[in-house]
Amino acid sequence: MKPEQLRYAETHEWVAVSDEGGRKVGTVGITAFAIEQLTDLVHMVLPKVGTKVEQGKEFGEVESVKAVSSLYSPVNGEVIAVNSDLPNRLETLGSDPYGEGWMIKVALTGDGGASKLMDLAAYQKQCAAEG
Amino acid sequence: MTALLQTPLHAWHAAHGARLVDFAGWHMPVQYKSIVEEHNATRTAAGVFDVSHMGRIRFDGPGSTGFLDRLLTRKVVGMGPGKIRYSLVCNEAGGILDDVLVYHLQEHGGGLYHLLVVNASNRDKILSWLKSQKKPTDEVNFTDRTIETSMIAIQGPSALRIMEPLVGADVGGLAYYTGCETTICRHAGIVSRTGYTGEDGCEIIVPASAAEEIWERIFSSGKDHGVAAVGLGARDTLRMEAAMPLYGHELSEQINPFQAGLAFAVNLDGRDFVGKSAIAPKKDDPSQRVRVGLALSGKRAAREHYAVLSGGNRIGEITSGTFSPTLQQPIAMAYVPPASAKVGTELSVDIRGTAEPAKVVPLPFYKRNHL
Repeated sequence: MKPEQLRYAETHEWVAVSDEGGRKVGTVGITAFAIEQLTDLVHMVLPKVGTKVEQGKEFGEVESVKAVSSLYSPVNGEVIAVNSDLPNRLETLGSDPYGEGWMIKVALTGDGGASKLMDLAAYQKQCAAEG
Repeated sequence: MTALLQTPLHAWHAAHGARLVDFAGWHMPVQYKSIVEEHNATRTAAGVFDVSHMGRIRFDGPGSTGFLDRLLTRKVVGMGPGKIRYSLVCNEAGGILDDVLVYHLQEHGGGLYHLLVVNASNRDKILSWLKSQKKPTDEVNFTDRTIETSMIAIQGPSALRIMEPLVGADVGGLAYYTGCETTICRHAGIVSRTGYTGEDGCEIIVPASAAEEIWERIFSSGKDHGVAAVGLGARDTLRMEAAMPLYGHELSEQINPFQAGLAFAVNLDGRDFVGKSAIAPKKDDPSQRVRVGLALSGKRAAREHYAVLSGGNRIGEITSGTFSPTLQQPIAMAYVPPASAKVGTELSVDIRGTAEPAKVVPLPFYKRNHL
């Protein structure tokens, strides 16, 4: 996945929306910027398949040595797949945040609210202001 | 908001990629790159810490021994030159105002004086306290030396080897918790065999104007020893593994020294000090919560203020917690009733709505086995 093809939430999650057999599916992860800010990851909790997620609401958590951070869903829908091995290889988040570092796939309700999210340029602007 | 204070090493930190945060009114490095790498460097080689934010107060005059003896929970009377003691400053009610190191030092010319190293967060409070406690008859002058000086900690198995070429005094020959005036890279300074990491090492106090030169020289001297600059993030994980209390977490005005497991830092025998009459009855008070160490079997860390549970009931609270880089599991300190404080007691911690198993373990969590 290329960063230009993704949509971004203010809380540093990304989503890639694709068509899978007529339904819209969002693949969700967190950005390289967020991972760099967190550093020293030790643990992650992801939801189970079937969990309903809501845009802006917590779907999991990621923990570093220093602190725990909530993961907020960038879209509305239902979890249809979980990258369940990811908590056992957290280094993947650093090496491939937009590929192997994906967290959940969500069957979107409508467009899942993806149109409300930022594009790369807007997100980069936000990171520059925060960083 | 008032402007944050900067240590003499602030520019170095900023130039070396440190993430700088507000800590007790100072703009301090929390980490340079990775807390875990900085932590491990200190455990296996040497870590160098800018601790210039700590308050340094100098006491001169024939009354300084008596004045400090009256305010500290441990004896200052009878401390020979070169001796350093960990002690507490209590208020009249026996609450802890700060935990401090008191140094008795001898000047190059022979004059004796004391130095008090206090927490950055308590410097103003302690300075006010000292003023309020000083009687007109006390022949003592105290001066805040924090801004004119810089303090650097060098900690880890290679720390003394790195410092030996730079320090005039025989650092390796200093006993633990002693110190002296000496030269450091030809600048007048103080070296002490002290620290806050559970490792061997030393701390130096040098003129602010010489701090950056000396800091750089430490890195030159340590470049073949795996030396690393360490921020406050790893300072916190290191002190937690060593079970050293931190003011504002394990210690406060609502906690007395005995609850905190600091009986060794209180001397009640044949002396008086501020707070003594209030804390003496607490020595063996079976009703008070006490500080314990908890180890968690899962991966989720218990953080400050999380509830400690026994049989589903809230019995206490976490004061500090982290994922231990050395032990590779979550560790925490908490205050719990004595009935739940025995080593081996199975408790749990409410981690954001889930009761995670936790067991009372002996403190410290980590003890170095290399000399």
